[in-house]
Amino acid sequence: MTALFDLLSSGIVQTVMLGAAMLGAISGMLGAFAVLRRQSLLGDTLAHAALPGVCLGFLVAGARDLGSILFGAFATGALAALAVMLIVRRTTLKTDAALGVVLSVFFGVGVVLLTYLQAQGGAASAGLATFLFGQAAAILPSDLWIIGGIGLAALALVLAFWKEFELVSFDPDFARAQGLPVTLLEALLTIMVAFAIVAGLQLVGVVLMVALLIAPAAAARQWTRSLAGMVALSSLIGAASGVAGALISASARGLATGPLVVLIATSVVVLSLLLAPGRGLVWQAIRARQARARISDGRVLATLHGLAEAHRDAGYPAEKGMLETALGAMPPAARIASLERRGLIRPVSHPPETTPHWEMTEAGHAEAAALAGEAAGSTRDERP
Amino acid sequence: MILAFFDSIPAMILLTGILVGVSAALLGSFLVLRGNAMLTDAISHSIVFGIVAVWLLTRHTAGPVQVLGAAMTGVFTVVLSELLARSRLVKMDAAIGLVFPALFAAGVLLISLYARNIHLHVETVLLGEIGFVWLHTVTLGGVRVPVAVLTLAVVLAVNLAFVLILWKELKLATFDPGLAAALGFVPGVLHYAVLTLTSVTAVAAFDAVGAILFIAFVIVPPATAYLLTRRLWLMVLLAVVLSIAACVAGYLLAVRWNVSIAGMMASMTGVGFVLALLFAPGRGLLAQALRYRTERLDHDCRTLVAHLFTHENTPAMAEENTRQALVDHLRWPEARARAAILRAHDRGLIARQAGLLVLRPKGTAEAQAIFGRDGGRR
Repeated sequence: MTALFDLLSSGIVQTVMLGAAMLGAISGMLGAFAVLRRQSLLGDTLAHAALPGVCLGFLVAGARDLGSILFGAFATGALAALAVMLIVRRTTLKTDAALGVVLSVFFGVGVVLLTYLQAQGGAASAGLATFLFGQAAAILPSDLWIIGGIGLAALALVLAFWKEFELVSFDPDFARAQGLPVTLLEALLTIMVAFAIVAGLQLVGVVLMVALLIAPAAAARQWTRSLAGMVALSSLIGAASGVAGALISASARGLATGPLVVLIATSVVVLSLLLAPGRGLVWQAIRARQARARISDGRVLATLHGLAEAHRDAGYPAEKGMLETALGAMPPAARIASLERRGLIRPVSHPPETTPHWEMTEAGHAEAAALAGEAAGSTRDERP
Repeated sequence: MILAFFDSIPAMILLTGILVGVSAALLGSFLVLRGNAMLTDAISHSIVFGIVAVWLLTRHTAGPVQVLGAAMTGVFTVVLSELLARSRLVKMDAAIGLVFPALFAAGVLLISLYARNIHLHVETVLLGEIGFVWLHTVTLGGVRVPVAVLTLAVVLAVNLAFVLILWKELKLATFDPGLAAALGFVPGVLHYAVLTLTSVTAVAAFDAVGAILFIAFVIVPPATAYLLTRRLWLMVLLAVVLSIAACVAGYLLAVRWNVSIAGMMASMTGVGFVLALLFAPGRGLLAQALRYRTERLDHDCRTLVAHLFTHENTPAMAEENTRQALVDHLRWPEARARAAILRAHDRGLIARQAGLLVLRPKGTAEAQAIFGRDGGRR
């Protein structure tokens, strides 16, 4: 406990945590739009395409200067987005081929530049490799200002164009019909994806950046139906994953931050997919089970009701075999027990036979009539 | 002779690159045509997890069982992404983007935790180490052959056999999956066969080019070939030739500048793509720009002829049938007006007479064709 307290009160760790939280929040916020616009894989392409920019920024600045490195990453990311757009518009290649070509070629050039810089030597160039998998511990106090500036710019953009972004994300055709400059807004949103990537580079690196973009947004989407809620929750999940990943990475020697952040964010996604109220897989399974039970109960009641009517005897004892024949198979014992508990049917003996028999109660007949009424009601239109 | 070839390090590096390139291009053509190129991205990232897991279990990375086991992760990624998308909780693109980074991250962490200091170094995952393929060799019939070359040769043979034997079926399933299914060719199974082979190739190529540069070998040469031809057999052949060219050029430049060989080979596939994008006959950006220019000039010529025809022999002729009228009344920039007049002159449509532009018989005929039989004259 004291070790944890020591860890938290150290200045370096505070810097790293603050940086990681801001970077995660920025990526989470902007990732929400990328996910809604189905641009997740564009995010992956832009992230990989940031590598040559990182190297160029280093080459131009001659040292690990965060400002120029991030600017370089942003520039090549934007160039990659333009290249994808050019290929999709001017050739018959499909979008995924365009994304793949741009991703792999930009990354190839990045690898060439990286090895060139490493061959040139210099202790600082070793720090470049941290941009591959992220190293939150490499965040310096002076970097916080740059990160905060990027965050404020992104936030200002999102707030200023909230209405437009909302419309373009959900219904671009309607937005165009309303006279909004959709192409411009889409370009702006793509630029923001590049922004998010630039922000997340230090935390998770170029290769895993796509997960920091997608995972918080995909998790947030499960819990809310409003865009504002999704963006806010996504930022929160991004920030939390960033901080948790940075802390674990700082306390265990030699673990890159990126993979940790990504695995944490992914577990949040898995939990959300399973548990999100109303939408999650667990809830879906419960609902499916309830629906199956309702249909099974309805069939039992309808069968007993039919038998009673056919024999003009409200208390007609139906034998197990009769139910089996009518339903195809006997419903599970738990369903029968539940019907008995609800007072809709009642087990009776019918000597001299020894097999189980059931008769319907008053409530059971009412329920069966109500169910039949429902069924009849739904076909009322067809009657004259 | 053979011995000298297999002892030569540059020859082995080049051979490895070419084996990767050709194996990848054979499968990549069908992936690019089907619109599944980005599945390669998912596969090549996630096999990292498979390779590490297999290494932890068996302490070997080479061998048929290891390669197949690691390749299963690639197929698993695709299946899991499709299942996730089918639950309709997330869209397909987000599903892909969720599954493979998670597996890749797990793989990288496992390397950092358990496999440090062996040849599975974290950076190798990204960059490959094609320069060191000659370090691990086996003796085959008295010749020392690098393990990577042997594995990749087997993979290439399998891929080549697959594509040649199932050529007709692949072609049908790629271009018309509906018809293929109706005829009983099970396009789904073929699709997964292609993906499985892609995974196997990715695992075999992993040592040489790393997880990410592999994508370049799968997607870029076929995409380049696709810009150049509309025939499937020619596209596959061109893709193979392009990747061999990229390997050779990449190797030479990498040695010259002392940079990553695999990275340079991937960059060279990109150079090929850019060249094709710009200069592809008929479809390249240059051809598109030229066609646009020609069409606009032809259209301007027709407008010019129509303009002259409308005002011919009218009181306004002296004012209208001049270059200045094109600039003032049609609002064409000087240069555009000049170009149109020159073009029309060259084609024998108009002539200059006493400072006026007049129609020659050919120009009158063209104007009459535009306006209809009676020339639309008042």
